[in-house]
Amino acid sequence: MPDKTPIDIPAASRRIDGAVHDSRRHESAHKHVSGEALYVDDIAEPAGLLHVQLGLASRAHARIRSMDLEAVRRAPGVVAVVTAADIPGDNDIGAGLRHDEPLFAEDVVQYHGHPLFAVAAETRDQARRAAQLAKVDYEDLPAVLDIAAARVTGTLVTAPMTLRLGDAEAALKAAPRTLSGRIKIGGQEHFYLESQIAMAIPGEDEDVLVHVSTQHPSEVQHIVAHVLDIPDGAVTVEVRRMGGGFGGKETQANLFAACVALVAKKTGRAAKLRPDRDDDIRITGKRHDFEVDYQVGFDDQGRILAADMLFAARCGFAADLSGPVTDRALFHADNCYFYGNARMASLPLKTNTVSNTAFRGFGGPQGMVAAERVVEEVAFATGLDPLDVRKVNFYGTTDRNVTPYHQTVEDNIIGPLVDELEEWSDYRARRQAIRAFNAANPYLKKGLALTPVKFGISFTFTPYNQGGALIHIYTDGSIHLNHGGTEMGQGLNTKVAQVVADEFQVDIGRIRITATTTGKVPNTSATAASSGSDINGKAAQNAARTLKARLVEFAAGHWNVPEDAVAFTAEGVRVGEQVLTFKEVVKAAYMGRISLSATGYYKTPKIHWDRAKGQGRPFLYYAYGAAVAEVTVDTLTGEYVVDQVDILHDCGDSLNPALDKGQVEGGFIQGMGWLTTEELWWDAQGRLRTHAPSTYKIPACGDRPRRFNVRLVQNSPNVEDTIHRSKAVGEPPLMLGISVLHALSDAVASVADHRICPRLDAPATPERVLTTIERLRAQAATGEGMA
Amino acid sequence: MGNRYDADVSRRGVLLGAVASVALTTGAHGGQALSTGGDGAAATSSGPVPVMTPVTSPVKGKVSFTVNGKAETLEVDTRTTLLDALREHLRLTGTKKGCDHGQCGACTVIVDGRRINSCLTLAVMHEGGSVTTVEGLGTPARLHPMQAAFVKHDGYQCGYCTPGQICSAVAVLEEIKAGIPSHVTGDLTAAPQMSATEMRERMSGNLCRCGAYSNILDAMAEVAGLQTAGGPA
Ligand code: FES
Ligand code: FES
Repeated sequence: MPDKTPIDIPAASRRIDGAVHDSRRHESAHKHVSGEALYVDDIAEPAGLLHVQLGLASRAHARIRSMDLEAVRRAPGVVAVVTAADIPGDNDIGAGLRHDEPLFAEDVVQYHGHPLFAVAAETRDQARRAAQLAKVDYEDLPAVLDIAAARVTGTLVTAPMTLRLGDAEAALKAAPRTLSGRIKIGGQEHFYLESQIAMAIPGEDEDVLVHVSTQHPSEVQHIVAHVLDIPDGAVTVEVRRMGGGFGGKETQANLFAACVALVAKKTGRAAKLRPDRDDDIRITGKRHDFEVDYQVGFDDQGRILAADMLFAARCGFAADLSGPVTDRALFHADNCYFYGNARMASLPLKTNTVSNTAFRGFGGPQGMVAAERVVEEVAFATGLDPLDVRKVNFYGTTDRNVTPYHQTVEDNIIGPLVDELEEWSDYRARRQAIRAFNAANPYLKKGLALTPVKFGISFTFTPYNQGGALIHIYTDGSIHLNHGGTEMGQGLNTKVAQVVADEFQVDIGRIRITATTTGKVPNTSATAASSGSDINGKAAQNAARTLKARLVEFAAGHWNVPEDAVAFTAEGVRVGEQVLTFKEVVKAAYMGRISLSATGYYKTPKIHWDRAKGQGRPFLYYAYGAAVAEVTVDTLTGEYVVDQVDILHDCGDSLNPALDKGQVEGGFIQGMGWLTTEELWWDAQGRLRTHAPSTYKIPACGDRPRRFNVRLVQNSPNVEDTIHRSKAVGEPPLMLGISVLHALSDAVASVADHRICPRLDAPATPERVLTTIERLRAQAATGEGMA
Repeated sequence: MGNRYDADVSRRGVLLGAVASVALTTGAHGGQALSTGGDGAAATSSGPVPVMTPVTSPVKGKVSFTVNGKAETLEVDTRTTLLDALREHLRLTGTKKGCDHGQCGACTVIVDGRRINSCLTLAVMHEGGSVTTVEGLGTPARLHPMQAAFVKHDGYQCGYCTPGQICSAVAVLEEIKAGIPSHVTGDLTAAPQMSATEMRERMSGNLCRCGAYSNILDAMAEVAGLQTAGGPA
């Protein structure tokens, strides 16, 4: 670290390494490529570590008549077997502590794969073998497996919500034209490449340390304490990094952490649980699948006058995050469109399947897919280009700008953004070219679509919109940074370090990024809702500013200059006429008995939400984007390729354009996978049959669009006072993948001369594309559904 | 995309095939065959009880091979995969376990010049072999050109697939140079081209859930450009 700054360098002659808005590489880059980055399974195992395996139920819904675990206990290497009876505290790992999500099923099994017990053995192999030896006697109960069955029973896991704007019923009656339909939207498995994992190390008294791959250390801490019946303060949860989270480690790590903590406290030995991939997929929640019924009123210009939508979701056996997820679906059922009159209602249905959970976008994507279907229907009904229907319905900037939840859209840039993309991507000319291609090719059909994204940023659970950070400066001038967010690849630690480097005007290399731990920053929020850098960046900035203020005050007094003559610059700390090194100032401050440690705190301003009324301002701001996708479909097989994708995405004044571009590309790929090849399939017994990458197909390298052009919107700072005017980027780009679904729909529609809305449901697997093509051909022959 | 729908019947076929191949190589209880994925789960009194006699004394075997240039001799349960041998016996945790079933590529290492999924091969099968893991390619202070290119192009997000991607990428370029054809090689009699199409296809066994494919391909293209006359197509 060059620390000998000469005096009298002209100002602004150098720029610090890793300033904000720079494309700084990921803080772990060198460790990722050399295999030195440690994930939980890579931490050196403590002596005597026990390996834990879960015993899973093989029924979707059944009463447990008896469970004989004798053979499990007697199996070689087995040290302990734990069941619900061994839990000293509460047998509940649910996010909301509603007592609907037991760690181990007690009397009733609620889904196929429900954990019944855990076995701890000397080796992983022994634990796996032993877990097979349980004898469970079940009495089958009627199992409700899908949305259709759940609509009949009508049991909800949580209270539904309704949003109302204007008078949808009256407006539908008065509208010149109306139509209605239903779209089915599949769920999604997270398939974080690092599966769930937790390792607990028992300490003195009640203490336990848990290393766990989680997005929400504070909740894991709370759940572990609750299960063990010990104070939160006795539990320390630490996570350096995750091998991917995507929402799948927001609440789903609770089970694994609680289980190993229980084993560790019971045996006095360290314990690790890393489920096999197949078990991970069976045990953990997924993105909710939805069926959305819509009714829309519109005019011949394609202008939407009223929308009435019902969002039925398969939530699984417990609430988990289904309440806020289905709420967020409603918050995005307008996407970028002003409906004028709207009624949006949710139906969070209980089923005997795994409890669905957070997944990047958190219900928002499903809402948006439904909105885009509505627009598509109107386009087919009016014969207009879908892009023109989209544009005519975009929110205004000064009027036509109130959402169904009564928040006024104040930062709308979707119009100019889409105009720019339309021109850059050459949308109109390509559309002509594609029509010509389709006319000339009997079997291969191309499709093109441009879809926009408007995504609300902030947790809709208002208390989560707070963050904390902790900064220590040591006397050698090195800086230790900690904050409440977790690193899962999104580059949060890099961005927060950039913010701190910028405050002190020191090179980023001086800042030590450390593992997230409940022992340093308490009561943190999940790293979710794309909020990581927004809230933790601001908290860290506030901590840095506290320290700076102390140092300025000290330096002014110590060197006898006015406070405004002290400044942190890239050359060093200016104190009057002289420039000192950061280290010199810090050292002097220590000698002057100035505290060099500070916490920082931030809470998101302006937001409020009244769920009962369905009104308020749940979001501080919106992130925007749009994508154009072009596909080629083989109409004989339904197979397709994504030929080209052009994306323009809004990150405000990006904190780190390189990282943000990666998020946009990765988010798009994941969204595309969700809507195309990723299909979850349960059999009639409620068994998930797509529980490995052999059967559950996430996009591979070869599925990436052949031509993939991604740009960030330039010169578009956030109108809100976010951290350096940047915008959150974790979730919004996922919904750019909707363009692929609509491009496929466009290609499919060509077989019926674009006169019938294909109503292509998601995921649009090649099978679904093929059956839709066949249906359209049959309809075209009879004239059914023609516009 | 395409060919994504595994009907129940064909999936079973695949599973049976996998079990059979393990049986061929190990003779008895393959580690893979024990997976509780699939339809295993806790046995029930009414359902079929899997024949899973606990093995009380695992058969130990000795294997000597070179790992990252260093001679190693291990005494392991003969069912130990190369992946577990690396991670658990040699404490080389750079190689990751994503699925343990040969389906994700996270565990890719280079053995005798060829890339393999180390979770799909037994350690004892590599007597006398030469294994290179991500740790053996380079260190943070002395990065292999492929590692340096991954840093330059941000060829990762969470980093979990990265060691496998890098080992695969290094071997892929060698494969193309050696004239080994792939599914997308048009003319099987001519040498395959160092092209983006070839790289995309050959890298499709290494899943990246973060979707860093663009940057991974950029990194590979750069290295290919340095090592070969023609750049990526
Ligand atoms: S861990 Fe070996 S291929 Fe997935
Ligand atoms: S970088 Fe996360 S899986 Fe590839």
